[in-house]
Amino acid sequence: MKKRILMTAVSTLTLALAAGAAHAGATFDAVKKKGFVQCGVNSGLAGFSVPDEKGVWKGMDVDVCRAVAAAVFGDSEKVKYTPLTAKERFTALQSGEIDILSRNTTWTVTRDGGLGIGFTGVTYYDGQGFLIKKKLGVKSALKLNGATVCVQSGTTTELNLADYFGVHKMKFKPVVYDTADETVKSFEAGRCDVLTSDQSQLYALRIKLAQPESAVVLPEVISKEPLGPAVRQGDAEWFNIVRWSLFAMLGAEEMGISSKNIDSMKDSKNPDVKRLLGTDVIKHGLGVADDWAYKIVKQVGNYSEVFERNVGMGSPLKISRGQNALWNKGGLQYAPPIR
Amino acid sequence: MATFRPHADLPPPATSSGALGWVRQNLFDSPVNGAMTLLALYLLYLAVPPLVDWALIKADWSGSRSEDCSKAGACWVFIGVRLNQFLYGFYPVAEQWRVNLTIALLVAFVLPLFIKRFVLKQWLGAALLVVYPIVAYHLLVGGSFGLVHVETSKWGGLFLTLVIAVVGMVAALPLGILLALGRRAENMPVLKALCVAFIELWRGVPLITVLFMSSVMLPFFLPEDMSFDKLLRALIGVALFESAYMAEVVRGGLQGIPKGQYEAADALGLGYWRATVLVILPQALKLVIPGIVNTFIALFKDTSLVLIIGLFDLLGSIQAANSDTNWLGFSIEGYVFAACVYWVFCFGMSRYSQWLEAKLHTGHKR
Repeated sequence: MKKRILMTAVSTLTLALAAGAAHAGATFDAVKKKGFVQCGVNSGLAGFSVPDEKGVWKGMDVDVCRAVAAAVFGDSEKVKYTPLTAKERFTALQSGEIDILSRNTTWTVTRDGGLGIGFTGVTYYDGQGFLIKKKLGVKSALKLNGATVCVQSGTTTELNLADYFGVHKMKFKPVVYDTADETVKSFEAGRCDVLTSDQSQLYALRIKLAQPESAVVLPEVISKEPLGPAVRQGDAEWFNIVRWSLFAMLGAEEMGISSKNIDSMKDSKNPDVKRLLGTDVIKHGLGVADDWAYKIVKQVGNYSEVFERNVGMGSPLKISRGQNALWNKGGLQYAPPIR
Repeated sequence: MATFRPHADLPPPATSSGALGWVRQNLFDSPVNGAMTLLALYLLYLAVPPLVDWALIKADWSGSRSEDCSKAGACWVFIGVRLNQFLYGFYPVAEQWRVNLTIALLVAFVLPLFIKRFVLKQWLGAALLVVYPIVAYHLLVGGSFGLVHVETSKWGGLFLTLVIAVVGMVAALPLGILLALGRRAENMPVLKALCVAFIELWRGVPLITVLFMSSVMLPFFLPEDMSFDKLLRALIGVALFESAYMAEVVRGGLQGIPKGQYEAADALGLGYWRATVLVILPQALKLVIPGIVNTFIALFKDTSLVLIIGLFDLLGSIQAANSDTNWLGFSIEGYVFAACVYWVFCFGMSRYSQWLEAKLHTGHKR
């Protein structure tokens, strides 16, 4: 009870202060003035944001920030990264410590409505899945009745798991661990039949096994986890730039423009391509240069390049496009027209 | 004629001297001890050969990519490739000499203090406390004297661990002493109450909460354009937290001084400060060296908690490296490396405290 009162007090205070901060000046102006984008990322998530050997940040979430920097400054390197934990990510955004939160954050109504922030789009459609040993011969999650399941504690994963098995009237025995590392080690040791986590993470966990080929990811996705960048409310201009930076990458993929062929595409007669590359000037009103999308694709790449390089076939994770394929290829990724 | 010929001295029985004697006396002097020895040997047999096999014999030492590791043993290549990051974080390589110089200066300041006959000790000690922090600050942060500014968000690895630990220790000891004296000031009730409140408040909350508040709540109380350095917030939190613990350790020492010492100091006509500084504190601090070092060692290990506020200390940078897609599956090597580094530092501190105790020994020990 005492805890609840304290929590209420803290969250009321948080909201009150966040509301105050939200109207206190345009983020976009501040970003232009300081000359770089301050980007909140995960302090270490394979394929999404992780520093490499030289300390350079790499990953899908990182590339979103680089795209925004390319649009605003014409230089994708004008980004500074703030590694954040799951608990401090929203505060960092609300308090103005960062300009974009690009940290594998699930878009939900409570976050959009209640935290004074807004999600600009979906960079990665994730969802909870199952990893299982091949030798068990199970091909579908619906055949998992009576299974022991390794799961990380304190995440929504645990709740989704119970929901799924409850709905399908199946029984399961959860084996709960604190970290992803422990979970995968116990899966390997045979303490559970199945390991459950977000699909993007399952592929990373699979590589940690001594024999990655001995396990498969089941096709079922039991929850919706659309991950995307978020910004503070109160600066629609900034919101638009972040939103359209992602759309530019998706649009480029749809039109077949990549960082490699972009310069030859400049001669294209296709009006869509001309509008995207800025050779045909449109009044986009974003407050950035006309060749903003050209800079993004040239320096960061189109969506497909970003995906394959970080989590897809060009990376050790080898995640297939799945739901993240373009809308005209059976996926969910869809960008409004740039015109 | 038969003469008495003394028999040559027999050597002592083989079972009570030499190596065998030692073994008998120490390892097999009773059936229970014998059984314990055999059990311990068996456990060592179970644990040590596989460990040596993994860490040394089957381990991979050279290479630069994860494919260079066979996975049969430890992959030290992973540590080798990331070593610079584990030591310096993201501190620019071209500027890392500044970190090295800062540490070398610290050693240069501290080493003469160990030399018995060194005469200018007080001056050097004062310089260490007053001049050194200023020099170190300018060297590490830069932005003046032609040095490039290096933001604290680029600090990391063992270097960051040392910064937090050293700043915490250096700030906590004097603060703790003042707090302990304040808490014992019976004739100043307001000061005493303040000190008690401070100590109990900070001792009553876990360090993780302090760090969390400094990182999550504090930004809300500041104007939007004012961003308070994250590392500085953590440093202040750690220093205040540790000073409360230090205060209680020092108070233990103050209480251990017999009343006669206070009265003797009074009788000599010493005022409060001179009595405290010249008579009471030297004895009290000597008494609680184990406690002080205990707190320091705990602090050194507690610095790893800063990873929950997204600072890349030694452990944090190792955990980040663990999720590099090109190097997945080598977390054990990383954690073993972290454990070794922490152990070396903590063991070093512990040995130093024992040396200090022996040096300051004045015959009161039993």
